Amino acid sequence: MDITDILLSATFWAAVLRIASPLIFATMGELICERAGVLNLGIEGIMVAGAFAGWIAVYAGLPLWAGVGCAFLTGVCFGLIHGTLTVPFGLSQHVVGIGITMLASAATYFAYRVALPEVSSPPRIEAFQPTGWPILGSQTVLTWAALASVAITAWVLFRTPLGLALRAVGENPAAVEAQGLPVHGLRMGAVAVGSGLMAVGGSFLTLSAFNSFFFDMVNGRGWICIALVVFGAWMPGRALLGALLFAGFDAFQVRLQQTELGAGLPYQLFLAMPYLLSILALILMSRRAEVPGALMVPYNKGER
Amino acid sequence: MAEILRLDGITKRFGPVLANDGIGFALAEGEVLALLGENGAGKTTLMNILFGHYVADEGSVHVAGRELPPGQPGAALAAGIGMVHQHFTLAENLTVLDNVALGTRPLFSLSSGRRAARARLRQLSQDFGLAVDPSARVADLSVGERQRVEILKALYRDARVLILDEPTAVLTPQEVEALFATIRKAVAKGLAVVFISHKLGEVMAVADRVVILRRGAKVAEMRTAETDRHRLAEAMVGAEIVPPEVPAVTPGEVLFRLGGVSVAGSPGLDDVSLSLRAGTITGIAGVSGNGQRALADLLSGLAVPETGTAELKGAALAAWSPRQAVAQGIARIPEDRHATGTIADFDLTENAMLEDYARPPMSRKGWLDWGRARKRAEAIIEGYDVRCPGPSVPIRLLSGGNMQKLILGRVLEAGPSIILANQPTRGLDIGAVTYVHRQLLAARERGAAVLLISEDLDELRALSDVIHAIHDGKLSPAFARGQVTVKELGLWMAGQGGRDAA
Repeated sequence: MDITDILLSATFWAAVLRIASPLIFATMGELICERAGVLNLGIEGIMVAGAFAGWIAVYAGLPLWAGVGCAFLTGVCFGLIHGTLTVPFGLSQHVVGIGITMLASAATYFAYRVALPEVSSPPRIEAFQPTGWPILGSQTVLTWAALASVAITAWVLFRTPLGLALRAVGENPAAVEAQGLPVHGLRMGAVAVGSGLMAVGGSFLTLSAFNSFFFDMVNGRGWICIALVVFGAWMPGRALLGALLFAGFDAFQVRLQQTELGAGLPYQLFLAMPYLLSILALILMSRRAEVPGALMVPYNKGER
Repeated sequence: MAEILRLDGITKRFGPVLANDGIGFALAEGEVLALLGENGAGKTTLMNILFGHYVADEGSVHVAGRELPPGQPGAALAAGIGMVHQHFTLAENLTVLDNVALGTRPLFSLSSGRRAARARLRQLSQDFGLAVDPSARVADLSVGERQRVEILKALYRDARVLILDEPTAVLTPQEVEALFATIRKAVAKGLAVVFISHKLGEVMAVADRVVILRRGAKVAEMRTAETDRHRLAEAMVGAEIVPPEVPAVTPGEVLFRLGGVSVAGSPGLDDVSLSLRAGTITGIAGVSGNGQRALADLLSGLAVPETGTAELKGAALAAWSPRQAVAQGIARIPEDRHATGTIADFDLTENAMLEDYARPPMSRKGWLDWGRARKRAEAIIEGYDVRCPGPSVPIRLLSGGNMQKLILGRVLEAGPSIILANQPTRGLDIGAVTYVHRQLLAARERGAAVLLISEDLDELRALSDVIHAIHDGKLSPAFARGQVTVKELGLWMAGQGGRDAA
């Protein structure tokens, strides 16, 4: 099996989409937050919480889509905590974000132990199945939802008055205030919905990619999404491209390990490859990027 | 004409400070009212209350007979109040159209209505003489164009009262004329305009009526037709203003000379030749961002000439750096006293020794001499009339004028031979401005060469022995005192000087 074989195989492309899907949801969530001027470093923990919430809801007997809904609402809750601290109170977005990640991870661990005190290995659930549709038939319907989330995010941001207000509040909140719109309301809304999307990204892992829940399953994906937003220069389409690129590297390295090349080199090198290539791409792509002007700047009425 | 706006007994306190003390006035349709007062007189606070950014402690605002709910910019907008802030409230990465349309449609409607918005914007641009490209990004616009966008924002929302907060501070004389033309068009269409300013000439030129504020209270109200600049100034300051006299001084030798110097930047300097003579104030007129920074950087050691020659006291510049500049006796009064002139959280003693802390007498054998540093600070506070609680308070607690006095003391105490005064009076009230002017003139009499960079043409024409205009990094020819009119200077500042002659 050589490199062209890998790139031409259908399973490779199916894997790319499967790996990319959770990244796409969470990247859109982060992008919405940052466009409104709030850096949400709670993403990693919110994904863990979302993965757990979706899974436990389905395990408790709810339908799969209700599981996705539970994950979304869990994300919204953590988003509201984050937003309350960073928007009206104006606390450091770095500190609050890291705090939310720790809180959400720990709360998940606690909830897991309370819900399943006796089990040694987490039970399995009946996850989303491939659609079998003529196009991308090997994917579940959640992957389609991830792609749709990109289109919807782009459309809302650039084609509706709400999106204009969100972009403006991330550029210059004083301009939004001067036009009579609620700065804090817009930012809170963006953080809540964005966090909800991050949690849905997490739930993709338990409800579609796998059929169970493990603590380390998010495994740094949240941090990757932060980088993907920068890579995409805060544009949904370009961020999608970044997610696919990263997923492509990841799917590629797994297959490359099985070639003759892989036999000769330590496997850790292959595991590091997507990260190294992503850093390289980030450096190349993000130099001309325009950061939202008021990113990480709290807004208080009457101050300048 | 019908009354459109009435303020009654507006009072606002910030802690112990009384920012507005029972201020009231009325405004009719088709009228221009000037709100005149020094910095800190309470003009901006009053307008922020009117617009709902602040909530007044007492008093009421009526628009067209109906009372405005306090603290709601949305309600003020809906009632037809349009505000152009001194610091523009534009989102730079968005287009002109986006900035204007922001918040004019219900948030949750599905389409942005961009086409109709564009047509309406074009129509307004035409009607009021406010030319600007709707799809241009605000970040790419000049300051004058941004102001037009701000005015269009208000007009787009059918404003009936237009509030302009210090609108001319950043404009060339020609842009000011265009703004006045727009104001006259707006008034002719029945709008009412509140024009906030501390510039007497502009107030006399554009306003029908003047309300004068001093220390938060209304001290006078007069019709411009029945008053003059002198009486306005007296009412504003509360005392008679005597401009400093400019004694005749024989110019001495050239202390600093630039010959065909270019510096890269946007804009940098382009083939600039300039001589600073002892006992002379050389003025640089220009709208900010036309190369003044590069020129100031050059003199203060932050930049080196890329081409051309630079001589300091007859010798070519060697190993030029800020440290060298200080060592050579160049006094620097920086453009931005908050960002580069002082360190906000350092106390007055520390700020007074920023330039020479590493040399005797401020430090010996690597140890700071705090006793001497404190004595120096006390001497500056005493000698330069810095109003402050003492040398150990953080400098951020001082007003702009007192901060500037400390900087003056720091750089003038050593009797420098060359002084770079970059926007030395920006944002200061008349009292402090007069003080700075006296100090610069005293230094000139002592035989110092002063480079005065300013946007205030009155100041430049009063102080400078020689004036250059700067535009896009190029310097105009030198004009001796009284040799050039404001209009001619304005043309040079816009880069169109000398066209007729050439």
